[in-house]
Amino acid sequence: MPTWAQFVYLLCAVCFILALKGLSGPKTARSGNLIGAAGAVVACALPFFYVDDMDNVALILVAVAIGTAGGAFGAQKVQMTQMPQMVALFNGVGGGAAALVALLELEHFVDTDIRAVYLIATAFTILVGSVSFAGSIITFAKLQELMTSRPVVFPGLPVVFGAALVGALALSGVTVAEPVMWAGIVLALVGLAVGVLLVLPVGGADVPIVISLLNAFTGLTVAAGGYVLQNTVLLVAGTLVGASGTFLTLLMAKAMGRSVANILFGALKGGSTLGAGEASDRPVRSAGPEDAAIMLNYADRVIIVPGYGLAVAQAQHALRELVDVLNERGGKVDYAIHPVAGRMPGHMNVLLAEAQVPYEQLKEMDDINGDFKDTDVVLIVGANDVVNPAAKTTPGAPIYGMPILNADEAKQIIFMKRSMRPGFAGIENELLFDEKTTLLFGDAKDSMSKLLKAVEAL
Amino acid sequence: MSNDIIWLTFFVLSVFVGIEVISKVSSTLHTPLMSGANAIHGIILLGAILVAGSADGGIALFVALVAVVLAAVNMVGGFLVTDRMLQMFTQRKKKPAPETSGEAG
Repeated sequence: MPTWAQFVYLLCAVCFILALKGLSGPKTARSGNLIGAAGAVVACALPFFYVDDMDNVALILVAVAIGTAGGAFGAQKVQMTQMPQMVALFNGVGGGAAALVALLELEHFVDTDIRAVYLIATAFTILVGSVSFAGSIITFAKLQELMTSRPVVFPGLPVVFGAALVGALALSGVTVAEPVMWAGIVLALVGLAVGVLLVLPVGGADVPIVISLLNAFTGLTVAAGGYVLQNTVLLVAGTLVGASGTFLTLLMAKAMGRSVANILFGALKGGSTLGAGEASDRPVRSAGPEDAAIMLNYADRVIIVPGYGLAVAQAQHALRELVDVLNERGGKVDYAIHPVAGRMPGHMNVLLAEAQVPYEQLKEMDDINGDFKDTDVVLIVGANDVVNPAAKTTPGAPIYGMPILNADEAKQIIFMKRSMRPGFAGIENELLFDEKTTLLFGDAKDSMSKLLKAVEAL
Repeated sequence: MSNDIIWLTFFVLSVFVGIEVISKVSSTLHTPLMSGANAIHGIILLGAILVAGSADGGIALFVALVAVVLAAVNMVGGFLVTDRMLQMFTQRKKKPAPETSGEAG
């Protein structure tokens, strides 16, 4: 490889560092992303200029065009509410690509005296790339509700999972000892099985953590692939993503008060399947939009707790209008954003930003939790688990230990709900039966428009 | 210094840089950051292109081209979707921004 090409690769690697750095600050995030994109495009274009005997150029360009069109179409069409599963899907295909690249490299190594380190890296890439691919597809299916979002556990799952892991290690051993194609292909298939089995027992609310973890996995496979191909920019970019992705996973798990091990294997121990998943028939107090409007209109301090249901119903625009009216009339209104509101940390901020809610009104949990006890009305829209007191009071509940918004401390609570069905985590919410709570049943968008009209009429 | 030690050095330093650069991220940006990191590992497209460029045809070429397609989806889709998310963060600073969100994204 000519020196100038190596130099350009180095610049691309620097671009990725700057991209991650930029993405971690609100002001620099967008430019950071663009710097990363620029680095990636340049790096991918480079082989066409320095590789002398490059074959199949036309076919490669067609393949790139197809992939580009597919990616652009998906990125353009996806709704903001479906962002997490889109990230999962993109991550999965990346892992799949890495596994295929490693399989092709393995083919080059067959019948050669290649050193074991390369074979270890190759086997790692095949295995973990396949895990990431299959795991991501299952997370996609769970979030898109193509399958149940509840933990899927069957008797003997730990045994099957263990057997698959042992099989994967044995096949990796075979591949390293003597590079043969069949071992690599079976290793990829076993990797797919491991990925499926890894994600099946994870409950819907925890899936975002798994996406982040699989993202880090894919990063590491790309790094190992970079070593196999002896390409620095792949190694550096993959390692950056692997390291920062692992760190980000730990940050997210901490925000939910969970350990990663508990999230992955909690359901296997049987402890975290407490959720009944059914509607209860205990008495609740419900009211119409007019009553709720009066409560809100005469409150001095209101806190809104938005959840995923708000965004699914596309009620965030009506909600913003309601808050504007209340603010005009002198009430102090803020949004309390739980770190995992929506489906991923920071997801709710994206969704509310889409509805042009001013940044200053969005308060993070730690900043606003002390305010609830002086709050007249809390309006909970499409949220459930993030205000569920079971997180504090019920050891054994899937969300036990997760920090929650202290909505239960407010003087009055209005719960906007479509039905009495439990939240994403599948557990009943005691707050619904609290005597301070008033329920407003109906589709969030419909209820919100009625509530807005009722408040305006007062 | 042997070649492998150089690679190990790249790896270890990248681990520390990777953790260091995102250590101060606020939870507001977790989703875009995850999505952006996801796009960066789409650089496997480079690996797929290199492999496809040296494939001899037949099954190997076909598999390599599939890898190119998948990796391109990861890379292009990843960066575009991250930009779409971040676009919303910047829009709100200019308060009631007129409907100019048609282009780009």
